[in-house]
Order: sequence, then C-alpha cells, then structure tokens
Amino acid sequence: MSLLRIEKLSLDIGRHHILRDVSLSVDPGQIVGVIGESGSGKSMTAFTVMQLLPEGAQASGRVILSGHDMLSLPEAALCDLRGNEVGMVFQEPMTALNPIRTIGDQVAETILIHERVSKSEAMARAREALNRVELPEDRFPLSRYPHELSGGQRQRVVIAMAIALRPKLLIADEPTTALDVTTQAQILDLLKRLVREDGMGMLMISHDLAVVADMADEIVIMQNGVVVERGPCPGIFGALKHPYSISLLAASTHAPDRAVHVEEAPLLRVRDVRRTYRLPRKTLFGPAGEVEAVKGVSFDLKKGESLGLVGESGCGKSTLTRAILGLEEVQGGEILLDGEPVFTGHKPNRDVRRRMQVVFQDPYGSFNPRHRVDRLICEPFHLLDTPPTGADRDRAIAEALTSVGLSEADRYKYIHEFSGGQRQRIAIARALIIKPDLILLDEAVSALDVQVRAQILDLLADLSKRFGLSYLFISHDLSVVRVITDRCLVMKSGEIVEQGPTDQVFANPQHPYTQQLIAAAPDLPEIA
Amino acid sequence: MLRYTLSRLLSLSISLAVASLVIFLVIEILPGDPAVLMLGVNAQEDTLAALRDQLGLNGSMLTRYVDWVGGMLVGDFGTSYTYRTPVADMVGDRLWVSLPLAIYALTLSTVIAFPAGIWAASRRGSAADVGVMGITQLGVAIPNFWFAMLMVVVFAVNLRWFSAGGFPGWDEGFWVSIKALTLPAVALALPQASILARVMRSALVDTLSEDFVRTARAKGLTRSQALWRHALRNALIPVLTIIGMQFAFLLAGGIIIENVFFLPGLGRLIFQAISARDLIVVESVVMLLVFAVVMVNFMVEIAYALVDPRLRRR
Repeated sequence: MSLLRIEKLSLDIGRHHILRDVSLSVDPGQIVGVIGESGSGKSMTAFTVMQLLPEGAQASGRVILSGHDMLSLPEAALCDLRGNEVGMVFQEPMTALNPIRTIGDQVAETILIHERVSKSEAMARAREALNRVELPEDRFPLSRYPHELSGGQRQRVVIAMAIALRPKLLIADEPTTALDVTTQAQILDLLKRLVREDGMGMLMISHDLAVVADMADEIVIMQNGVVVERGPCPGIFGALKHPYSISLLAASTHAPDRAVHVEEAPLLRVRDVRRTYRLPRKTLFGPAGEVEAVKGVSFDLKKGESLGLVGESGCGKSTLTRAILGLEEVQGGEILLDGEPVFTGHKPNRDVRRRMQVVFQDPYGSFNPRHRVDRLICEPFHLLDTPPTGADRDRAIAEALTSVGLSEADRYKYIHEFSGGQRQRIAIARALIIKPDLILLDEAVSALDVQVRAQILDLLADLSKRFGLSYLFISHDLSVVRVITDRCLVMKSGEIVEQGPTDQVFANPQHPYTQQLIAAAPDLPEIA
Repeated sequence: MLRYTLSRLLSLSISLAVASLVIFLVIEILPGDPAVLMLGVNAQEDTLAALRDQLGLNGSMLTRYVDWVGGMLVGDFGTSYTYRTPVADMVGDRLWVSLPLAIYALTLSTVIAFPAGIWAASRRGSAADVGVMGITQLGVAIPNFWFAMLMVVVFAVNLRWFSAGGFPGWDEGFWVSIKALTLPAVALALPQASILARVMRSALVDTLSEDFVRTARAKGLTRSQALWRHALRNALIPVLTIIGMQFAFLLAGGIIIENVFFLPGLGRLIFQAISARDLIVVESVVMLLVFAVVMVNFMVEIAYALVDPRLRRR
C-alpha cells in the first residue's frame, strides 16, 4: 500500500486555479521527484499534503497519508501528524530557522511537541538527530545559534528537525536550490542516505531536472497545475512523450548557437588585482584586522570573447565584479579596458565606465518599481557627457527594446507588469542602450526557469553576434557556463586556480577543486 | 555580551557629554540677562553687577561650564535664580511626581497594548483585528488633554471616584497618591497604548509570515504555539524601540496633562522656569531629561541583546 496517495487533487486559491486533477503516490522507501517551473503548482502540492495552505485555499480530491485523509482531518489531528508522520525541508535555509533560538532547542522542539519526554531527554535525542545529519558535537554543540552556521549547515539542521522523529514521509521543497554545487551534492547524499536508513518515502520537489534525475525512483512532471508526464527514473528520459517535458529536457541542456569571432587583442586586462576589506576592531584601540577577498587575480578578456568566471559563494567573484565595474577601488594591481584604467586617482573613469555594463541576478530587486521602463533603461545615459534627448532618445529606447525581443510599446509600462524573464530582457536592454563593448553578467540567468533561461542564453548569443559584444559571465552554475563561454576561470578563496578553454576545463580539469566542482554538479542521464 | 554592554556605555557617556555642551551653549547664546530679569529693568548697574557676581555669571564660559557639569556630577545643580532654593531639591520633588506617573502610564500602556496587538495579529483580517485597529486609530487621533477633561467630568465631577486634580504627596500614603495619579496616567497611556498596539500588531504580522514560523508549523506546532514560541520574541525589537521612546516622552511630555490635573511635575517646572528665565533650572531639568532618555535607550539596547543573540557578539 502506498504511503502517500494523492488522487484527483484540485486546489483553488481565491479565484485562481492552482492544481487540477493531480494524482501521484509515494511508496515507503521510494523517492518521487516532482519537476516543474515556477507556478507549476509543485510546491502547492507539497503544502496541500502538509495542509499548510495559505488562507482562502480550497482543496478537493483525496490526499491519503499512511491511512489518514489529510483533507478532512481536523487541525489538531493534523498538528499531530506534522513533524511526526511527515517532515518537511524547505528551500531557503537562511530563513527557515528561528534566528533567536539555539539549534538544539529547535530540533528538540519537534520531539517535545509530539512526545511526553523530559527536556533533557529531548535534547539528547536532538543531539542524536544532529549527529545523523553530520553535525558533530565538537563543532556544532546544541547551544549554537543559526547565524553561526553556513547555509548548508543550516539546511542540515532543518533536515535534523524534519527527521528527528523518523517520519514515514519526507517532503523536500527545492532543498538545494539556494546552495552551492558542492554543498548541494553533500545535502543530496545526506537525504539519500537518510531515506535508505529509515525506509522513508520522499517527495522531492525541484525545478532542476538533473538534481532529481540523480536520486529519484520515479519522476512526475508538472505544468500549470497539471501532471503532464510521469514515469520511472531514469528510464523516463528516453521515453518522454508530452511536448512540454520534451522541451523542458531540451531547455535543460540547451546550448545556444554561437558564432565566435574572437580577436586577439585583449579588451579587458586584469593584473594582480588585490581587494582587501577591513574587519571590525576586536578591541577598542587595537588594530583593525583585514580580510583579503581577492588575492592577486590576473586574466585577459579578448574582444568578442565570452569568458566564464566560476566559483562558489564567498570565493570573491562578486568582489572582483565590483572592482572591474569601478564601483570600488582596489588595493593593488590594475584593471584596464582597452588600455584605459577603470579607476583614475580615486575616482571611477567615466570614459571606461560607459563602455561596460552589468546585468544582475535578481530580476525583481534590480529595478525601481516606481519608474517606467523607458526611464529605467535610460539610466546608463548619465555616463554620457551629452545624453541623447527627444527623438534620439526615443530611437535609442526603441532599438534597445526591440533588440531584446520586446516591443516599443513596452516603454510605457511599469516593471511589475513583466515576468522574471521579461525583466531580465529589460535589464539587458538597459545594458545595451549605451552600446557597451563589455557586459558583465553576474548570475544573470540563475533565478530563471530552465526554459526562460534557454531563451535568454539564445538572446545573449544573438546580441554578441550582432553587436560584437564581449561577456564576462559570472556564475556558480557550471551547466550554464559550459554552454555560453569560450574560456573559463575557476576561482577559489580569492584566487584563480584554473583557466583555459571551457571544453578543455570541463573535459579534463587539472586542479583538484575544479575536479571536485565538476564531480559535484548533477548530470542528466545520457540518453540516446 | 560584556563588550556589547561596555561599548553601549561608552556611547552613552559620549551622548551625555555632547548633550551637556549643546544645552549649555544654547542657553548661553539665548538673549536675556537673568540678573536684569530678577531685579527689574530699573535696577542700578552696580546692584546688577553684584548679583551677577553672586550668581557666578561673570566667569569665562569654560569655567562656568566646568562648574556646572562638575556640580551636577556631585548632585549640586546650583541655585534657582527666582526661588533661591537649590535646584536639586526642586527637581527632586517634581521627579517624585513625574517619574511614577511616567512608569504608571507606561505600565498601563504596555498592559493594554500587548494583548490587543497580539490578539489582532493572531486573528488578522477578522472582526477582532478590524475592531482593535479601529479603536487604536481613534486612540491615536483623540488629543489626550480632551480625553483627560472628559475623564475629569465623568469620574471626578459626576461619579466622584477620583479627585479632579492635585497631588497629596507620597507622605499621605501610597494608595492615596496612586489614586491621584490614576486619571492622568490613563490619559497619558491611551494614545501611547494605541500606538504600541499597532506597532505590536504589525511587527507580529510580519514575523508570522516569516519562513521559520512555517518551519515551526511543519514540526507540528499549532498556530498559537508558533506565535508564542517563535514569532513573539522576534517581533519584540520594534516594540522595545517604541517603548523606549514613549518612556522618554512620558517623562518630559506630560506638561499638558500635568496642567489639566494640577500636578507639580517636571513639565510644569520647566514651563515656569522658562517663563521666568530661570536658566539654571532650565539647564538642569533639560540635562536631567537627556540623562533619562539616554539611560532608557541604554536599557532598550541591552534588552535588544537579550532578545536577539545576533547582537550580543557586536
């Protein structure tokens, strides 16, 4: 008998149809992966099982969890099941823990809520749970607070909370999306081990086909609240039938068609760049400590080239990006664009600044919501000595919008009227409008669904062809860097540990860190 | 935590030093000669000079500042120009009215605001929430002196439960004094409670939508367990800030209420001192109030650190 059986589940929130006739089941010891893009209803399916739905949600159909009809149980009975029969792990480890209570307290709470045990016994069992998720006592005593842990460690604490009572079902909602690739691999290994040890069933929700393909026994693909395809993993990848799943798989491995025209002359020269930050003083009058975020980095970016910069969070890649953009002064070395320094004296060099632009990760946070699109994309004009006005300005706006695949009429709209992918197009239009030579793409496609990501990558390839643009592509996502760059740099702890043509680096990584990164990246199974 | 406390103490002392300097300089550049004011415009020049000398107004600014600050440190606030009594005694008497009144009002305000705010937040969007929000809106809008007069009419004139004003002094007994302070405290507390309840509600509503509250619910906590065990303490930081500001306001800002109820408090003292150009009293009372505000802020900051472990390491 199935551990979890969802039959013909439909869900409406207000007047919005969220789910329609969703059916799936999870057996004990089985891992079922649910895949879909944002808005496909995959997370809402999980929240329906937990019965933690937003107010005004109306569910119909049947959700049976180890014999309990979740849709008709009273709240008190549901509270008994949550954390006891079913545990849940969330996407954002940074905010999933209460910042003002110790990790021991929070793990023990799961036990105290469900069982009549003493506080000290609950703490002892919390210790056990933390040991199981590989947070040993000597480094992670129960008295630690969440802010003293990294994202991966916090996710382990969340997992410890979810499995403390050895539930029959574990629901993981994008458990590794916010984590670096090596941390992701460790968390996935941990989840697999726990499922095996406890014989748990697991519902694994992700937008990333590769992550799920690595561990699931069965895969369910969702689109717009409907299950479009299901099948055993990895067999399903060779036998996809629904057009949506086929295009999803294609998009995951999509390589844009790039015509490379690289000139030998370097456009950007970075030489021995060092960037240090001062730490807060330890004592009142003692010397302030320093931390070196970028330790003597050198590389060239040639005209027309697309260069990748790969590394995990905290490796210094964002600091380096800011230094190249002239947003911050460096403490050593030089950065030249076409022979001109980015920083002259203690001021950014405007002549250089206007030749490079940046596109950031967050398509939601990087626009002023009160400005119209035309004003937003004209922002870089302040770098020009004589910004275009009147008809010239209109022409520039129209050109920028149409070259990123939007229409001229979009200039009168506000940013909230656009989807994430469209916003990223607007961000690219904003970068293009002053006709730069170099665009820095700082995790520019990381927040996008795979299909939208594929479209943006195509757009970038096309723009590079048409305008002879060079890109510096900064990302932690190896699969993206692999398809969009000619050469790539691997950065670790403020240093570049490996560089070379992208194909070569991926096929034959030399540095142990690069090898580790590539091994950790989840792969889709090879299909004919 | 010790380092945090010490660094807060250091910033507290700096605030006090800067404040004393500013107060001294502002009073110094104000036009008006206390000697002329005390003796009248027709006074002889040599009489004025003698009085100035007696009041210590002739020394250099630096010596006078040092004398003033040095005196305050040992509890000597100087002598009032108009009343010819030590300022410390005058302020002391008044403080015994204003301080209990402020504490009384703040206690009332907190006791009303916390349950109201928590209740409204836990039933967000319900009739209870709308009701609390509506009443507090009214509480913020009604001027407290008008409400005070209304209470005098109802409880003092008609029902005769309380006296309409005045303060018998603590010598007359604790409960008698508390009774005399009740109507003023209620009048002061009403708008403060309304503001605090609204802050409490909105802070709690924000916290309730945080991810960690959802995590707590996924562990099996009920809605109200999640609120009491996880959301409430996290919502306290903005509430503590407002409580600190309200205490400072209540201590000094009760002047209108003190007048409505004929209470001999600090507010009335400073008002009279300003009218009489009794600058030494003004200086001392203002300095005292600054001291109180800075001390309250210090306590609020220590409370922050007790609530939030992330602050203890700073």
